[in-house]
Amino acid sequence: MSGVEGYMYPNEVTLFWSVLIVLYPYITGLVAGAFILASLERVFKVDAVKPTYRLALLTALAFLLDAPLPLQFHLGHPERSPEMYFTPHATSAMAMFGYVYLWYLMAVLVFEIWLDYRREIVLRSQQTKGLLRLIYKIMTLGSTNISERALHIDEKVGWVVTLIGIPSAFMLHGYVGFIFGSIKANPWWSSPLMPVVFIFSAMVSGVAAVMLLYMGLTKLRKQTIDMRCVDTIAMYMFYIFVIDFTLEMLDLVHRIYEADESFRSIDFMVHTKLFFSQIVVQILIGTLVPLALLFIVQVWKNNISEIARKRIYVLCGSLILISVFAMRWNVVIGGQLFSKSFLGYTTYKMELATREGLLAAIGLTLLPLGFLWILLKLLPPWNDSQSHAAQLPASGD
Amino acid sequence: MSIFKDAGHLFRFAALFVIAFLVFLVVRHYVVPKSFGKYGHYRAAAMDEIAAHPMQFAGHQACEQCHSDVAATHASGMHAHVNCEACHGPLAKHADDPSSVTPKLPDTATLCVRCHEASAARPKNFPQVKSAEHSGGMPCQTCHNPHSPAIGSGAAAGGAK
Repeated sequence: MSGVEGYMYPNEVTLFWSVLIVLYPYITGLVAGAFILASLERVFKVDAVKPTYRLALLTALAFLLDAPLPLQFHLGHPERSPEMYFTPHATSAMAMFGYVYLWYLMAVLVFEIWLDYRREIVLRSQQTKGLLRLIYKIMTLGSTNISERALHIDEKVGWVVTLIGIPSAFMLHGYVGFIFGSIKANPWWSSPLMPVVFIFSAMVSGVAAVMLLYMGLTKLRKQTIDMRCVDTIAMYMFYIFVIDFTLEMLDLVHRIYEADESFRSIDFMVHTKLFFSQIVVQILIGTLVPLALLFIVQVWKNNISEIARKRIYVLCGSLILISVFAMRWNVVIGGQLFSKSFLGYTTYKMELATREGLLAAIGLTLLPLGFLWILLKLLPPWNDSQSHAAQLPASGD
Repeated sequence: MSIFKDAGHLFRFAALFVIAFLVFLVVRHYVVPKSFGKYGHYRAAAMDEIAAHPMQFAGHQACEQCHSDVAATHASGMHAHVNCEACHGPLAKHADDPSSVTPKLPDTATLCVRCHEASAARPKNFPQVKSAEHSGGMPCQTCHNPHSPAIGSGAAAGGAK
């Protein structure tokens, strides 16, 4: 049989979890990571990253709106998805995730963004015309109270929401790792470290994505990149990445030392079918290179020019995004390439223009950028627009 | 109470949640079948609907009433535990009206290999052959009686019905 080596059970020959299931934890991870970056400023008072606070929240929302779509495409019956809410199944992790998703979307992200932007929303509902005015009016929920006291309350409540948001973000992505880590029939997945590894790789990818978006959008707007901000983000990205890499290596060493009955099969797979995506892309190019570069910047920051640092950050951010995608690929696809008999291997043949093919995956990766573009138009996160809005007369009930 | 006045917008947001939850409950009331959850995480009425489906299988007791000779051969062979309709297909209509509904005999060249084609996934002590080498596409009943397949164990091969 083409693409099959050794012995595979009949139900293992074709991979049922396609590239879209790779995309799903990747996008969810970007959400969690972006939110953690926002919480740095809000809860942990890291003022240097303030320029990215609102952008991080909007990025998280844009990617969260996209996150369930790969699943919808994969399952193919979107009209059935509300059943998950209508008939809750407490013993199904996947079914319960619907509630985690909804909680995170509405009670954390939308609420926090609304609180943070309420002043601008009210001012814009008075300043704009036509359809935009109507949209802003709806977003005010009929309250135009932006008195100092009301905004102070928003600030306090927003802090609490962010505080609740941190464990929620961990839950959101920890769940994705849990889905794989709890499958005891698959030795490539079954590991209690899986949720933790997923969370840390999610954080590093989300931070990298927001950093790249901030640098790119600032460049597009012909503004100056706040180097103190990107230096601080790069520092946190480096620290988180060190922890992430250590955990992944700990998992690897644990597997090698334990060397259970699946080890020979998995070891063979890592040296053959997964060699390029895991050893070359994920570990060498995607992890060791950016770690080394970020380490050099941390140690010799003052000796490296701004322009060189920017280039290093862009390179590292891009490599990290590729590395984390490769990690998701190696987990999801890698876990389906070997037989439970440990005697054979199959091949993943990605389709092109089908519902679960490459084009659908590319489309679903780019879609959040479209969502983000709309959000940026509707709720600009820039300081200059804030100062513009500040010039508008404040009104209160 | 300026706290309530200045926090009024928060109550509006909370009211939005409450309204959404009420809408959810109303929709849920209409879309979730009434019998859902009575026995388990499924629609209980589905059990009655399935039970109301017309019978397709007659059961081996019905076959044995008329085909007692075959039943005797079958009971003495290796296939004694295999139900008649596992190979012959669902035959409730034939059992109801044997004269007008005549079942088609299975093609043993394709039927037997479903279970007996050599495969590493089958238990080692289960009888398996590489059919291409073993029979070269000839119907199995040329040599074996499917009702008692061991050669020389039952009625003459080729006459199985």
